[in-house]
Amino acid sequence: MTEHLKNLTCADFQSQLPELIGSGEDIADHPHLQNCELCRALLADLETIAEAARQLFPVMEPPDELWEHIESAIKEENAGSERV
Amino acid sequence: MPHSRFGTQPPDAESAPSAGLEPERADAPAATESVPAASPNSPPLDALSRAQGGDHQAFAELYAQHKRRIYSLCLRMVGNIAEAEDLTQEAFLQLHRKIGTFRGDSAFSTWLHRLVINVVLMHLRKKGLSLISLDEAMEPTQDEGPGRSFGSADLTLAGTIDRLALERAVGDLPAGYRLIFVLHDIEGYEHNEIASMLDCSIGNSKSQLHKARLKLRDTLRAFPRQEARR
Repeated sequence: MTEHLKNLTCADFQSQLPELIGSGEDIADHPHLQNCELCRALLADLETIAEAARQLFPVMEPPDELWEHIESAIKEENAGSERV
Repeated sequence: MPHSRFGTQPPDAESAPSAGLEPERADAPAATESVPAASPNSPPLDALSRAQGGDHQAFAELYAQHKRRIYSLCLRMVGNIAEAEDLTQEAFLQLHRKIGTFRGDSAFSTWLHRLVINVVLMHLRKKGLSLISLDEAMEPTQDEGPGRSFGSADLTLAGTIDRLALERAVGDLPAGYRLIFVLHDIEGYEHNEIASMLDCSIGNSKSQLHKARLKLRDTLRAFPRQEARR
């Protein structure tokens, strides 16, 4: 079984990657990776991207006037429901 | 059992949806539960309870407490300031309509987070973005799709990513890729939750996320060369 995994082509291994990564298991010991620098580099890059994403995007401040728009929309809705 | 570095840790507790979240559908009206009323001897009610009782000032307080996180979430999901403002407004209007249905089965911030995501998804559906068949709807053309990595191993990211470059690259992702990337890698949702939200298979969610990361890798590897040409 391990031999079979070791003999995977890069194309075969990479086609299985979404499922392997999505399983949440550590795949660093996958037999194919032991001998394939290319796929190791790919995996390292994808991990780097996933880790960086967690630190990504500061919390942004909406414009001040947005609350005024929301308030007036609420008043309109309230007025509409009172008319009905 | 060892886990990979792909694990989903939300940025902070407030924005963290609970795993397998489906306790209260924020997109569907739920049975209204009785709202606690203040009696002369009871302690002051918090802003949420008062807003549920129709106190407009309390609703304004809730807005002030949550506006940044909600606006930022909308901005990440749609990648456009004007749309993010419209969606933030719509989300708070929905909140105003449905706040009385919040029963406290989950944290309010979790419930609100889910409500906002539903507002954004509704918006994207109206825009014609099919979330039923993500593969068909958002498969980029051959030219713009993420490349596989059968070629040279040069230009790896070497464990570091320029934050601005990544933000820009995420903003440039096709809408479907960005949506799944934001929900999974930034917001911390699991594939089963995303599949439920987007009405797609779990395999589809995994596949789209993988393609999004590959696309980001392609973009980020090209980034130093683009910068050098400027």
